[in-house]
Amino acid sequence: MTALLTIIVLVFILVAIWQMVKIFDLAQAKNENSQVASDKDNRMNGYLMMGFLAFIYIITIVCFVKWGDLPLMSNSASEHGPTIDNLMIISMIIIFITQTITQFLLHYFAFKYKGEKGKKALFFADNNKLEAIWTIIPVIVLAGLIIYGLNTWINIMGVDESDDPLIVELYAQQFNWKARYGGADNTLGKANVRLIDIDRANILGLDEADPNAQDDVITTELHLPVGRPVLFKMRSQDVLHSAYMPHFRAQMNCVPGMITQFGFTPTVTTADMRLTPEMIEKVSNINKIRLDKSNKLIAKGGEALESYEFNYLLLCNKICGKSHYNMQMKIVVESQEEYDAWMKDQKEFKNSLVN
Amino acid sequence: MSAHEDTHAHDEHDDHGHHHKETFVTKYIFSQDHKMIAKQYLVTGTIMGVIGVIMSMMFRMQIAWPEEPNLLFEALLGKWAPDGVMDADIYLALVTIHGTIMVFFVLTAGLSGTFSNLLIPLQIGARDMASGFLNMISYWLFFLSSIIMVLSLFVEAGPAAAGWTIYPPLSALPMAQGGSGMGMTLWLVSMAIFIASSLMGSLNYIVTVINLRTKGMSMTRLPLTIWAFFITAVIGVISFPVLLSAALLLIMDRSFGTSFFLSDIFIQGEVLHYQGGSPVLFEHLFWFLGHPEVYIVILPAMGLVSEIMASSSRKPIFGYRAMIASILAIAFLSTIVWGHHMFISGMNPFLGSVFTFTTLLIAIPSAVKAFNWITTLWKGNLQLNPAMLFSIGFVSTFITGGLTGIILGDSALDINVHDTYFVVAHFHLVMGISALYGMFAGIYHWYPKMFGRMLNKNLGYIHFWVTAVCAYGVFFPMHFIGMAGLPRRYYTNSNFPLFDDLANVNVIITIFALIGGIVQIVYLYNFFSSMFYGKKAIQNPWRSTTLEWTAPVEHIHGNWPGEIPHVHRWAYDYSKPGHDVDFVPQNIPLKEGEEELQH
Repeated sequence: MTALLTIIVLVFILVAIWQMVKIFDLAQAKNENSQVASDKDNRMNGYLMMGFLAFIYIITIVCFVKWGDLPLMSNSASEHGPTIDNLMIISMIIIFITQTITQFLLHYFAFKYKGEKGKKALFFADNNKLEAIWTIIPVIVLAGLIIYGLNTWINIMGVDESDDPLIVELYAQQFNWKARYGGADNTLGKANVRLIDIDRANILGLDEADPNAQDDVITTELHLPVGRPVLFKMRSQDVLHSAYMPHFRAQMNCVPGMITQFGFTPTVTTADMRLTPEMIEKVSNINKIRLDKSNKLIAKGGEALESYEFNYLLLCNKICGKSHYNMQMKIVVESQEEYDAWMKDQKEFKNSLVN
Repeated sequence: MSAHEDTHAHDEHDDHGHHHKETFVTKYIFSQDHKMIAKQYLVTGTIMGVIGVIMSMMFRMQIAWPEEPNLLFEALLGKWAPDGVMDADIYLALVTIHGTIMVFFVLTAGLSGTFSNLLIPLQIGARDMASGFLNMISYWLFFLSSIIMVLSLFVEAGPAAAGWTIYPPLSALPMAQGGSGMGMTLWLVSMAIFIASSLMGSLNYIVTVINLRTKGMSMTRLPLTIWAFFITAVIGVISFPVLLSAALLLIMDRSFGTSFFLSDIFIQGEVLHYQGGSPVLFEHLFWFLGHPEVYIVILPAMGLVSEIMASSSRKPIFGYRAMIASILAIAFLSTIVWGHHMFISGMNPFLGSVFTFTTLLIAIPSAVKAFNWITTLWKGNLQLNPAMLFSIGFVSTFITGGLTGIILGDSALDINVHDTYFVVAHFHLVMGISALYGMFAGIYHWYPKMFGRMLNKNLGYIHFWVTAVCAYGVFFPMHFIGMAGLPRRYYTNSNFPLFDDLANVNVIITIFALIGGIVQIVYLYNFFSSMFYGKKAIQNPWRSTTLEWTAPVEHIHGNWPGEIPHVHRWAYDYSKPGHDVDFVPQNIPLKEGEEELQH
């Protein structure tokens, strides 16, 4: 039935086009109708070009005003976050200026120099000075961006082991995350997926003989003490995953067969982040949307949605299969005391095994 | 090749034609004539394009209205959308096949295949491609690979669904995903055949451009279209074999138990035997093609646009030599930037720095090109035909999409926007939409050369303006949901209340996408009906200078009835002072005392 309806609609559209063509052709019967643009076409399209320029500017402004509070550009929660955000803002400003100028020139010229019969174009084939100008300006701008960017990149990726980072393993599998802490010795025990023994609840394949593994702690929530550097070691047991922690400006793929790493220092606790004015506004906005949705669901006899409370998240950001869209883990950033208290409640590996 | 040999060869050819009448099969099906092969490429590419666009409209609807059953899904997807609720696997399959079809089948074969075949012999003054037979095989392999790709949609366990980049292990293990079984096998077979087809085409283009130029057609008199096709073919020959090897190694891993890309895998309760391979190796091999591929897509479009802009502005293209230099620079750089797709793949961060450096350098030749196009318009006498509108649109989207490349190419910034919708917006504008615009521009411009009839211009105007508004409507807001951290390839975002405030943006994007998709019917109608009912074309409707317009409207084997025209000037003598008309075709000898521009 739907297929039939779709076909009927398509047929109607085709008929409508056919009729429109007829009308256009009749209206132009006295012209030669060569299908080459006439002066009238040039004029009309010239004006449309200016209209289109306005459209580009308007859509830019609307996007920035409506969705450009850039929730992930201004409230980072890690030490290196602001440097990335600064670089992002600088790049955006450069893009914005270039975009505004070049789109203006392009569309304005298309309008200004629209063709007329009898007019002759300027024979202007080359000018080394102009070419040099628009080669050198991008060179200078890009040199700046490259230097700034590489500096930032090296600072972020360079891991300094001397400041005693907390070592945490992020373990990915279809379709959930686990975190593993090194325990009191802050050293992860050896592990390999070949050692996984589901019957003994050795789900991450830790080496049971390794003394370092005994006090490891495996959790399904990621808790981090605020202000302490963390070094993540990532593993995956099946396919590629990507550990994406947008609020911390952090991401690294999890690759089966190798260990990847990424380090950062969280600077804002979950509780503090919830209290920032931007976050309060964002959350209340989201809850308004969810309330509307709930009302609709209830009207249909469904259940209401839970109201939303902000939490940092770890998302999977590399296509990994059917439930890729729902592979997440909650991240809690808290004070050292809260973290210690939480850690005390967790089971150590040697006590979690089933005999 | 001397003029004498030329006429001689032609005479032989004529005799040949008299003795063997062309049958329907040799003329329309197993044709060795480059003009017919070009049309075959175009029509096949168009059909694949329709499939790809319909897929995108379906998954856009799914993203915008994830909870609502859609009867259209049930009608088109059958068992994959029981009661109109799309299955998560088929969502990924749609995304995957949409990407594959659009990048390879439409924008590589459909664009480059069509216009390289049509224009290389006609614009350099050759009777046909260097090897008509190879050319025919190239098309039929492409056709075969298209058929296999379409057939893979009907596989029991579903078509390939690991993303168009088919990263293993997801693509290698049938237990990881339904689509990684027979669907992926067909995908790989189809792509292997496609690559063979593409290589045959590319070799043919290179040989033809180097050897078969007519008298006087020096490399610095070639139209920019030919330069673009030539360099595109060179990149293709360098990079496509690497994808072929990646595909073959993946086939080995999948079917013969090797471990090139796989190691230490525990899935569905069992440990697999694979040991020692690395998925990162596959990423390197894939992107060694994958990145040049986007230039294989965009360079021909650039060439077409340069040509159309000059012709429609009635002005020489500005900075002909700089344009060639920037094509060469882009081609060279394109082969050493693949790592920018892999900043966070786990490769050494130092490599990331190198790739950031090379990647941002590409902005320089790109900027030169953009400014040269803009300057070409300056003080012109712009004939705003649909082809010209699409060319201007091309420059517009190329700038908008290209600029965000300086964010994505910057490894530090890529950490946070990698694989979000920001990337989707970027590459759709800069290579998807731009290349499509280039293709449309080419079709509107060379339709009279292909079919001897004109496309209806008013339908062309409607087609352009609605498409242009929709393209920005779809992809401009998409940058912002990407910057808000929304990952791509999520079947629904409803599991993340964090993104609830972006749902309305997704609805707006989908509405623009649907309108933009549906308006292509106007174009399809125009394309197919004008073949039979369009206004008859004259020999040189756009008053262009290049050689293809000196050939008669009726297609004949060998392109020119008499001697092949000789070339006496470059391709861009538009509005040259000292001439009465505003264009001087390349085959017109220099007037006494006239100087050829030392460009």
